[in-house]
Amino acid sequence: MRRLNSAAELEDLRKEVLAKRDPQRPCVTVCAGTGCQAYASQNVYNAFKEEIASRGLTGKVDLRGTGCHGFCEQGPLVVILPSEICYRRVQPEDASEIISDTVLENKVIDRLLYVDPVSNEKIVKESDIPFYKHQERIVFGQNRFIDPHNIEDYLALGGYRALAKALTEMTPEQVLEEVKKANLRGRGGGGFPAGEKWEVTRNAPEKKKYVIVNADEGDPGAYMDRSLLEGNPHCVLEGLMIGAYAIGSDEGFVYVRQEYPLAVQNLTAAIKQARELGLIGKNIFGTSFSFDVTIQRGAGAFVSGESSALMSAIEGRVGEPRPKHIPTAIKGIWDKPSNLNNVETFANVPFIIDRGADWFRSIGNENSKGTKIFSLVGKVNNTGLVEVPMGITLRKIIFDIGGGIRGGKKFKAVQTGGPSGGCIPEEYLDTEVDFDRLTELGSMMGSGGMIVMDEDNCMVDVAKYFMNFLKDESCGKCTTCREGTKRIYEILDGMTKGEGKEGDIELLEDLSWVTVNASLCALGGTAPNPVTGTLRYFRDEYEKHIKDKNCPAKVCKGLITYTIDQEKCTGCGRCQKNCPEDVVEGELKSPMTINTERCIRCGVCLDVCRFDAVLVE
Amino acid sequence: MVTITIDGKQIKTEEGQNVLQVALDNGINIPHLCYHENLSFYGGCRLCLVEVTKANRTRLTASCTYPALEGITVETNTENVKKARRLVMEMILPMAPDSPKLQALASELGITEPRFHYEDPDGCINCGLCVRACEELVSANAITLANRGDTRSIEPPFQEEPLACIGCAACLYVCPTDCIKMEEKGNERRIVRWERKLEMKTCANCKRHFMPLAQIEFAMHKVREPLDAGWFDNCPDCR
Repeated sequence: MRRLNSAAELEDLRKEVLAKRDPQRPCVTVCAGTGCQAYASQNVYNAFKEEIASRGLTGKVDLRGTGCHGFCEQGPLVVILPSEICYRRVQPEDASEIISDTVLENKVIDRLLYVDPVSNEKIVKESDIPFYKHQERIVFGQNRFIDPHNIEDYLALGGYRALAKALTEMTPEQVLEEVKKANLRGRGGGGFPAGEKWEVTRNAPEKKKYVIVNADEGDPGAYMDRSLLEGNPHCVLEGLMIGAYAIGSDEGFVYVRQEYPLAVQNLTAAIKQARELGLIGKNIFGTSFSFDVTIQRGAGAFVSGESSALMSAIEGRVGEPRPKHIPTAIKGIWDKPSNLNNVETFANVPFIIDRGADWFRSIGNENSKGTKIFSLVGKVNNTGLVEVPMGITLRKIIFDIGGGIRGGKKFKAVQTGGPSGGCIPEEYLDTEVDFDRLTELGSMMGSGGMIVMDEDNCMVDVAKYFMNFLKDESCGKCTTCREGTKRIYEILDGMTKGEGKEGDIELLEDLSWVTVNASLCALGGTAPNPVTGTLRYFRDEYEKHIKDKNCPAKVCKGLITYTIDQEKCTGCGRCQKNCPEDVVEGELKSPMTINTERCIRCGVCLDVCRFDAVLVE
Repeated sequence: MVTITIDGKQIKTEEGQNVLQVALDNGINIPHLCYHENLSFYGGCRLCLVEVTKANRTRLTASCTYPALEGITVETNTENVKKARRLVMEMILPMAPDSPKLQALASELGITEPRFHYEDPDGCINCGLCVRACEELVSANAITLANRGDTRSIEPPFQEEPLACIGCAACLYVCPTDCIKMEEKGNERRIVRWERKLEMKTCANCKRHFMPLAQIEFAMHKVREPLDAGWFDNCPDCR
């Protein structure tokens, strides 16, 4: 590959790339994100490849394995461009039919279309699917057009134009001002203005400075950073380099979780290609700006996402937080000023520089600008990654994009902000989603996890689940975090087993207070949120567990019993056959009973009964 | 030099010195467990909590890791501090309920019966002093903090006999709960907690077993000026 020595040469290359491409030429895009790969989308891709070759269509029909589209539960996803016909759950056997009918004759294959669970209508175009229609895909929007292993795809979409603009038309101060003006706030959870953070590192006295991408995404159920890094690695790199230019850094790190092999693979390929073109290296675009970047693979600890722990890990030490009375922006890796931003934060930067701060400020609400990617999961009809403008209401995300609650159940709460976030009840569904409002509600933006819960979720059980995660993931250094999370978990565990006692709630509140206020890092400082958040809105549920030994959602095994309705039971024996403990007693064709003494409350009988005869109380 | 205020008392001190040491040097007692003046600070036990006000913002923080900065105000005995310390101690005590030092500290803080219990406490409170003594003072690096979360513990590598341990007993000396025990029988020394067995040197004169061979070897290797080959033949008393 050739080396680009100026911004003009980049534009020349872009023209060449675009000249080779005919926007009208059919292109089969197969999602190659982790979600679809789990559904074996690689086999689908291979089937298309064979089909195109065997029909002699090479050069007439393009094939592309793209980044994640977001609608992972419907995978493997195939979208035919330019018509945007979207097929879901595509199998390798479907490739031949799709080529002959859809690609060559523009006929839609009905059975592969998405059916809206709300209206029961079949939807042809990807952008008409409600899940996508109500989104505003900017940062995440390029994923579906890009093969992450092909830099030309990124260049075709205007890639590295922002970097060229920054390096050749703007001073570092101007770049900094633009990002500050855009009011880009940290997408990793804190919501701290990125521009201000950059400025602190820029103004730090040491000459050597580092910039770091935090890709140690570890919240259960959240994978937006993963999909961005896997699907559009150049965008993150470009943002990182623009940041480095503004800060005055010549060296960067991308700290990626060990558990994200595809992200590492795609990023490694992207760095190699960018380096070959001279987009990374010495004197980029012939300017005096030089930059290089190293991928640092995480060693598998949730706490390593915390800035000082992450930097310790990069230094080769145990990823454990250290006191930050002097911020890492001034004394970070090897005591040098180090700027750390999340994947999504950096991915926003090229758009801000390319389109301007005013454009960015036009999206979002008063104090939170731009878009945010959420991982929408739980009891909603449509799950996946969604990018929405800041300030959108929770109701819109859950009911318009998410298609409402599964199985016609009643919405109960939405958990945002990852394990240290909080649960927001129904009365706040019309709250605008932004950094400040979520915090006011006792939750937080976090990195963008959004778990929807219905009436069948017990809030004590939910709090227990997250506390179990946090007690395992605390580094164990501080007494308050290590013992505090453990004791909170034990109390919650006791409640769910019917061992709750008077004073437990007050003790939980005391433990939460001390863990929040006396721990060293933000993990301990937010760890009790699952408890304080649920106590704030669902205190009565805690009280019922303690005083009445009753779990209103009928989840906590220690507080429920399974019985069989003697009127409804037909004696079919299904429950008896499936019970793992053989505690369903009785003769076939006459009503059965459950031996509650020996019942382990697994719920299998309830699941298999066809006559609604199993009762839970 | 900077001026800081601790409990209303203005104190001049070196910038960056930790607040706990400044307080102790000036006769202000702050209870602490994981801090030792000859070792690096750690900030793990959270007992030395104080309220620091800097630029109109007050918060609870560990005094052992907080640097003396110009103009900061430190309060060591507010209601919040007392409440937090009590809760911290209530969490620490069950880990070493038989430790006299912890019992004394707990009763000073007004704790009679902690609300938490461990089934089978081994006395270790994960303060990490032994690890730092072994690493920073002795530089033997025989033990380390292992695992995370509530499985956190202090272990020799791979939970096997730590062959890097020279039996110097520095870990015993710094341990605030005395959970590291040493036994000596004949010419054998055992550091019980690490399951380390060491052969002792016998004094040529008085026949006392005075020092582990491993420690002698370590010392011979460490000293800059070569020692006489016979230096360790006799114990310090007979030398």
